[in-house]
Amino acid sequence: MTIATIAGQNVHVNEEGFLTEFGEWNESIAAELAKDVGIDELTSDHLAVLRFLREDYQSNGETPTLRRVSTVGGFDTKRLFQLFPKKPAKKMSYVAGVPKPVGCV
Amino acid sequence: MKHLLVLGGGSAGTMVVAKLRPRLDPDEWRITVVDQDDEHHYQPGYLFIPFGTYRREDAVKRRSRFIPDGVELVFGKPAKVEPEANRVRLEDGQVLAYDQLIIATGTSPRPEETEGTLGSEWRKSVHEFYTLEGALALKGAIDRFEGGRFVVHITEMPIKCPVAPLELAFLADAHFRERGIRDLVELVYVTPLDGAFTKPVAAAHLGHLLAERGIAVETDFMIERIDAEAKAIVSYDEREIPFDLLVTVPLNKGADFLAGSGLVDHLNYVQVDKHTGQSRHYPNVFALGDAADLPTSKAGATAHYSIDVFTENFQQHARGLPMTHAYDGHANCFVESGNGKGLLLDFNYDTQPLPGRYPLPGVGPFALLEESELNHAGKLMFKWAYWHVLLRGRELPLPADMSMAGKVLEATS
Ligand SMILES: Cc1cc2nc3c(=O)[nH]c(=O)nc-3n(C[C@H](O)[C@H](O)[C@H](O)COP(=O)(O)OP(=O)(O)OC[C@H]3O[C@@H](n4cnc5c(N)ncnc54)[C@H](O)[C@@H]3O)c2cc1C
Repeated sequence: MTIATIAGQNVHVNEEGFLTEFGEWNESIAAELAKDVGIDELTSDHLAVLRFLREDYQSNGETPTLRRVSTVGGFDTKRLFQLFPKKPAKKMSYVAGVPKPVGCV
Repeated sequence: MKHLLVLGGGSAGTMVVAKLRPRLDPDEWRITVVDQDDEHHYQPGYLFIPFGTYRREDAVKRRSRFIPDGVELVFGKPAKVEPEANRVRLEDGQVLAYDQLIIATGTSPRPEETEGTLGSEWRKSVHEFYTLEGALALKGAIDRFEGGRFVVHITEMPIKCPVAPLELAFLADAHFRERGIRDLVELVYVTPLDGAFTKPVAAAHLGHLLAERGIAVETDFMIERIDAEAKAIVSYDEREIPFDLLVTVPLNKGADFLAGSGLVDHLNYVQVDKHTGQSRHYPNVFALGDAADLPTSKAGATAHYSIDVFTENFQQHARGLPMTHAYDGHANCFVESGNGKGLLLDFNYDTQPLPGRYPLPGVGPFALLEESELNHAGKLMFKWAYWHVLLRGRELPLPADMSMAGKVLEATS
């Protein structure tokens, strides 16, 4: 675990740069994280997805899968690929400050 | 007389009644198991059927043989669980009232959830191996396969035994080599995750296994449909992966009768406390095995270790006492890597798989995160242990809590 300075704030990150403390996230940090993954500006559509990810993570203790974001969150899968191109599952979780979805290895 | 009702007599349902029956006073507790049929399947065996290592007989035995004396086995399908009324309705009209309910109906593959799967190529060039019929049909297809693109694909997590598709790819590689046609086969592994290995230490130790075998990996693949005519899988971002033989792992879902019960999430997994298996909504409802929404791998090993803890807890709960034992998510699994070798993983909720020796620190005999012939032997031994030790509620000589002894902690940069 290392400390990184993002948007002028010290936060805990893992080896892939994901925030490890749920409470350390805020929108200014999200805006910086978004730039790391090639998203120049976070629109309200982006933020709606991020909010769903965070709320769902908080109530279930697990990052929702893409399928869950679409069936439970009501976001269209194709739209998610436009908002977070190429690697939506990883990019959404990275910007939302929740762990990336993983398998067992 | 109180009534403990268990839905599902598979790995978890059978193990838990074998553990609880001798521990609950028969004058006080009646135990009933409900299952749809009298065939108990050893599902890990499905992996070996397509390559002819196991046959049907290795994977199927009569369910009733494993339900202990003093436990009633009812054949039927639940239509509805009514947790407010403490009862379960079966499709045949029977109503079973309970004091405590354990849901252990597992999870199953749903090919119908992905458009085009059940089309004209189903069980011809489009296969799965998460059911016995599927594994047997795949054996025929592999026997007839003379070369071309062999694609192994995961629809979405969670799936039971998340390493099984990787093992299938390894075994296919070894099988085609043995037949002398490996150079005619293009092997592709397709995952919705960002890599075949997603945990840093495992990725560092095992990443080479795919490259060495010449297995190409396609990541972040969110399938939209199978195009049976074009013989390709198509993703939401319009990538197309052509195949000559596709082995897909369809979306996995918990039992349908649970939908609308107020107990489950969008995939019909029972929402439980991850340390006790107790429903987050009803204190006299529990879920064990794949049916639960535990944030860990759905595997027989997970069920086994969590049931050790559950057995202690349930004896307290049955007497109205608070449950004082907590399951830590510990599981281990042998992973076939082909050519008579295997790997062993050991992990829990908080610790990713690490290298080292298991179960005796420094000695093993099993090597963690490393290929060895003994790990393969361990996997084959598991079949014997499953029928003779685990389902009988006997102890494996291994502790339920994970131990850090014997593991090598390494800096992951
Ligand atoms: C290909 C493959 C390989 C695997 N390899 C491994 C491995 O190497 N190691 C490992 O630990 N695990 C492995 N697993 C996973 C393991 O088999 C499961 O995790 C384990 O069986 C879970 O036990 P369970 O009791 O929760 O579910 P199951 O054993 O599936 O039992 C569920 C029971 O509920 C019954 N049921 C379901 N729905 C209904 C209904 N509607 N009405 C009535 N009855 C119903 C079923 O008939 C079944 O008997 C593998 C699985 C597969 C598919």
